[in-house]
Amino acid sequence: MKLQRNGRSKALAIGAVALVSSLSLAACGSDNNNSSAGSTGGTGGSSTSAAAIKCADKQAPMLAAGSTAQGTAIDVWKAAFGAACPSSTLNYSGGGSGAGVQQFNQGKVTFAGSDAALKATEVEASKAVCTGGGQGIDLPMVGGLVSIIFNVQGVDHLVLDAPTLAKIFDSQITKWNAPEIAALNPGVTLPAADIQAFHRSDDSGTTQNLTAYLAKASNGAWAYPAAKTWAGKGGQSAAQSAGVSAQVKSVPNSIGYAELSYAQQNNLKSASIATGASKPVDATAVNAATTIATAKSAGASNPNDLALSLDYATKAEGAYPIVLVTYEIVCDKGNKPETLDTLKAFLNYTISDAGQHAIGDKGYVPLPKEVSDKVKTVIGTLS
Amino acid sequence: MTSSPPGVPRETTEASTETSPRRRSSLQGNSRRGDSIFRGASAGSGILLLVIMAAIAGFLIYRSSIAINKDTTSFLTTFEWDPDNIQKPSFGIAVLVFGTLVSAAIAMVIAVPVAIGIALFISHYAPRRIAQPFAYLVDLLAAVPSIIYGLWGALFLVPHLGGLNSWLDHYLGWTYIFKLSHPGAPARSLFTVGILLAIMVLPIITAVSREVFRQVPRMHEEAALALGATRWEMIRTAVLPFGRPGIISASMLGLGRALGETIAVATVLSASNVLSLHLLDAGGGTFAQNIALKFGEAGSVGKDALMASGLVLFVITLLVNGAARMIVARRKEYSGANS
Repeated sequence: MKLQRNGRSKALAIGAVALVSSLSLAACGSDNNNSSAGSTGGTGGSSTSAAAIKCADKQAPMLAAGSTAQGTAIDVWKAAFGAACPSSTLNYSGGGSGAGVQQFNQGKVTFAGSDAALKATEVEASKAVCTGGGQGIDLPMVGGLVSIIFNVQGVDHLVLDAPTLAKIFDSQITKWNAPEIAALNPGVTLPAADIQAFHRSDDSGTTQNLTAYLAKASNGAWAYPAAKTWAGKGGQSAAQSAGVSAQVKSVPNSIGYAELSYAQQNNLKSASIATGASKPVDATAVNAATTIATAKSAGASNPNDLALSLDYATKAEGAYPIVLVTYEIVCDKGNKPETLDTLKAFLNYTISDAGQHAIGDKGYVPLPKEVSDKVKTVIGTLS
Repeated sequence: MTSSPPGVPRETTEASTETSPRRRSSLQGNSRRGDSIFRGASAGSGILLLVIMAAIAGFLIYRSSIAINKDTTSFLTTFEWDPDNIQKPSFGIAVLVFGTLVSAAIAMVIAVPVAIGIALFISHYAPRRIAQPFAYLVDLLAAVPSIIYGLWGALFLVPHLGGLNSWLDHYLGWTYIFKLSHPGAPARSLFTVGILLAIMVLPIITAVSREVFRQVPRMHEEAALALGATRWEMIRTAVLPFGRPGIISASMLGLGRALGETIAVATVLSASNVLSLHLLDAGGGTFAQNIALKFGEAGSVGKDALMASGLVLFVITLLVNGAARMIVARRKEYSGANS
């Protein structure tokens, strides 16, 4: 008897908690929406983007999957595109670049989002899906940068270079007032405190990009290869970019890395990078675009494959070196006929100035003209 | 973690084992259609459970064998987790086994005595007017989603444990276990995870023990009091012996949650592939946390490797449950207040 009565009250309690938590979550959600809507409205991006979208003649719903790094960008585009062309819905499930490419090569999705260009074996596998002699190709679509976020009392502006950064993240430099850091920051009073370095505990394309930069530009100070899994010694880890930026924000004398949008949302300061240019380069979208503009083709055998090879060791003026480009993967020939028109319309919008500016507000880096012009040409030839 | 509490609903399990054979034989003569349908349905449910368990185990074993064959290092003793390295996939569960067991053990050490205290307070000490709402409150704690615990742990508990950690380091640092290697670093350690897990399993252990304590036969308690026992002596001689199997199974339920807790651990712990007995130092990992963090970007070998680690957790949980059942069975005659 007693048990029964308790059971009912427990169910009630669960219901109450669920209600309360969903209410408070809903409140958080609507808050966020308001602020983001306000920011896009302020720049006037939303009104111009609607005019720039040309719907497909033959609209169809699309499925896509892949990189979570470009998830927010896809969300922005999906909303604008869906509003302009109501029959062209897009369903993008994140789940990682690897899973996206896998689903693309099984013919389950119209396109895949990926942090890395297709490997040779994946291109080979795509030929089974891209009928009529086609193959999977990489279209650069979403640019970004990894900013080195820090939280040191009394330090507003911090300059670091690749070898110093590598040693900090590998626990070879453990104090903020180490001579290597002091040499790069003349006139700045650095505390004699321990450095609390944070990295990602989950595997991530962000880690891959940072370590690719460190491996390339640190003159051997970073002894590990570029990888999604963190290899450095010491420091602490946190889940996702949100976790790393939350830790840096709350822990004094800390340093970490995250995409630009997380630095902006959390009001975290980003270090400038001494690249060998005449003055250190700030972590801004404009400076990142300068680096992306000089990227060379990765040298794929198919001329329609626009995979880029980024110059992490760049010494150009105003070129921020820790950048990333993520791709949309489609067939050059042999896309599914029922979604081909919609796919081209969607990609034409995302690569357009309106599309790129729309995601610029979200902490991404609009692709420079040098890259986007090539992408536009290739989109025109898709069949 | 879905396994039933070993021996918790004492009345039902015992009643069924005692009376069912007798009852069935007496009913054999006049079976009706409703009877046969009900018997089929309940037997079917039982078989379905077995089939599901077998399917989970079979699936895990199949996927694990694929991964373990590809592992270039020993699956049991390797520290690192790098299954998607094409040249040399190497991964192992040493850090995860250690982290899972240690954090769960810390949780149990803290939670079990406190939970028994709360349960005794509700069932035997508090006036009824307070006991009832207090019991509801504890039940309410059990319904808080684990992500909430995780956020609370990361945003409140970790910043506030710095003082306790340096105190432990100062006075108990000589034990090696409580030595802080990096004083001042945020306390995102196995010790903190243990404290958080203790809070999370507290309501489960409390709720089950409370119900067990309430079922202590009134006669036993009154007999103890009549012999001149104080209230504490009455609890020690009548309530606790009767409730011991219940406390054990309640603890096992809690332990199950502690072993399998995922998102709260992933939010609080600074995961790394370092196995260290310095419990206050950030680092380490648990099975569930590792799966949650690595699954998103795992390749095909990586996914299978995570399945293999899941299988190990599955086996550990089975062993723990089995051990609990054995303890309960052995204690049965002793507690034996079956009047």
